[in-house]
Amino acid sequence: MKRRWTLYDPRLAWMLVAPVFLLLIFFLVLPIAVMTAYTFFTFVTAGVETSALTTANWHEFFTDSYYSGFLVKTLRVGAMTAVLCGVLGYFPAYFIWATTFKHKWLLLLLLIVPFWISFTIRTFSWINILGEQGVINVALLKLGIINEPLPMLYNEGAVILGMLHFLLPYMILNVYVSLESIDRTLIAAARSMGCTSAQAFREVTLPLSLPGLAAGLLLCFVLAAGSYVTPQLLGSGRDALFGNLIYDTIMGELNWPMGATLSIVLFVVLGFFAAVYTRYMGMSQIVKGLAG
Amino acid sequence: MKARRKQEGRWAWRLTGFVTLCVYIFMFAPIVATVILSFNASMFGGFPMTGFSLQWYAKLMANEQVLTAFRTSLWIALVTSAVTTAIGVVTAFALVRFEFPGKQALSTLVILPALVPETILGVGLLVLIKAIDQPRTMLLLVLGHILLAVPYVVLITQARMVGIRRVYEEAALSLGASRVSSFREITLPLLIPAVVGGALLAFTISFDNTSASLFWRPAGVETMPTQILSMLKISISPEINALGTVMILVTVGIPLLGGLILQSLTRLKRRGQPTEEAR
Repeated sequence: MKRRWTLYDPRLAWMLVAPVFLLLIFFLVLPIAVMTAYTFFTFVTAGVETSALTTANWHEFFTDSYYSGFLVKTLRVGAMTAVLCGVLGYFPAYFIWATTFKHKWLLLLLLIVPFWISFTIRTFSWINILGEQGVINVALLKLGIINEPLPMLYNEGAVILGMLHFLLPYMILNVYVSLESIDRTLIAAARSMGCTSAQAFREVTLPLSLPGLAAGLLLCFVLAAGSYVTPQLLGSGRDALFGNLIYDTIMGELNWPMGATLSIVLFVVLGFFAAVYTRYMGMSQIVKGLAG
Repeated sequence: MKARRKQEGRWAWRLTGFVTLCVYIFMFAPIVATVILSFNASMFGGFPMTGFSLQWYAKLMANEQVLTAFRTSLWIALVTSAVTTAIGVVTAFALVRFEFPGKQALSTLVILPALVPETILGVGLLVLIKAIDQPRTMLLLVLGHILLAVPYVVLITQARMVGIRRVYEEAALSLGASRVSSFREITLPLLIPAVVGGALLAFTISFDNTSASLFWRPAGVETMPTQILSMLKISISPEINALGTVMILVTVGIPLLGGLILQSLTRLKRRGQPTEEAR
């Protein structure tokens, strides 16, 4: 006998989530599984590999300092970007939260607008600021402060600046969301107990906003360390990051097994940081941050 | 003593305001520079301006490659936005309203595409279709974009759905409405802001996607961002600045317009109905 459908039937729920579930299985889980298998395939020549199992790719990765150098640099740039985002992002988030300005939504909207503008365009637009004929160089030359244009593009600083531009709104929104969830009477209580505003900030506001800051740091770090376009446009060949290495290995050298190995390495390393974060903070904060 | 402390607080607040202002300038300076430079008469992309000219826009309008890429991206983004919104809203509904085994795992899995770097997602799908010997197709590209946009649509809808009490739906059901019509008549109208927001976000995510599209696009197909990337490989010209300006207008204008329409719609609706308090 068929069981009757109940109001919140689990079977119905599975039917509703089926499309997304299938999409995630075929486009996320399965690819990563196949990619893991591919790391043990033998590279024959550009675009050709055999399924003869080998650990050569992993061996090459662990012994060739070329790869570990890339990894270290990527993690360093990611960490620097995340920290800078945290420092520079906290102030605006706090300002928007604490301001008595009537049109707060406008301040928030102004932060969301850059989100909509094409990422590629936002990245290359920095060339108009930093380039030899960019705003800064032309202004400094006209003022006679320098005689030759400063080389500000195509180095690590430019890459970090570009990523900062891309990631700051993420950070600000994350911190803002966690500030918004603070019960303001707590701060009033702290003040009435004799705290100065600085003490109230240090003892109440800052600790309560830390989850948002942590979520922002993780998000910025992961997105920066996985970036491809920014180092491609604003960095030189020397400042390529792990994402560029993967792209060149797959699309340039057509060495698929090595490309898969590098992808899995990046996946595991970033996954490690995300796991540590989840262990201490839980997933919910980052969910709040992403939903804006 | 007290006065000095107050002074300190004021300075801290001023510093916060100053940094905030700097961040806003930082966010908008390159965008403004790009828009200004797109009207530069000079052949070379850069300051100082040599005069005002619209020639780069004219040149852009005649650039067949750019127009094709624009149309391609527009179609992909429209399809992605429609499909992602539909399946995302249904998923969020199931995740909020239902209890089922595997729910926790699924809600974590749904967020993953937003956290896994695009390069990895890009390579993964390529390796998979290489392993099963399939070509890169338009369908693959669109499905890939749906994967990238789905987390955001689900999260936005979930956030809104949590605020809608289930008794409304249950009341409709108990009055004899079918499940589908209770969803259509009760839940969906209350969800509209999240649906529109999700659709717009999915559109932008798809229209804007660069890294993953570089891996997934079929041979010979350029989307707008990959087209820009290949143009940038040659040089930064005023034409690219003009293109950037057009894209800024499209991607900022469409959501703003959508938001305004939505606002006036709700206002119109409200005029015809008693307010929440009056009820």
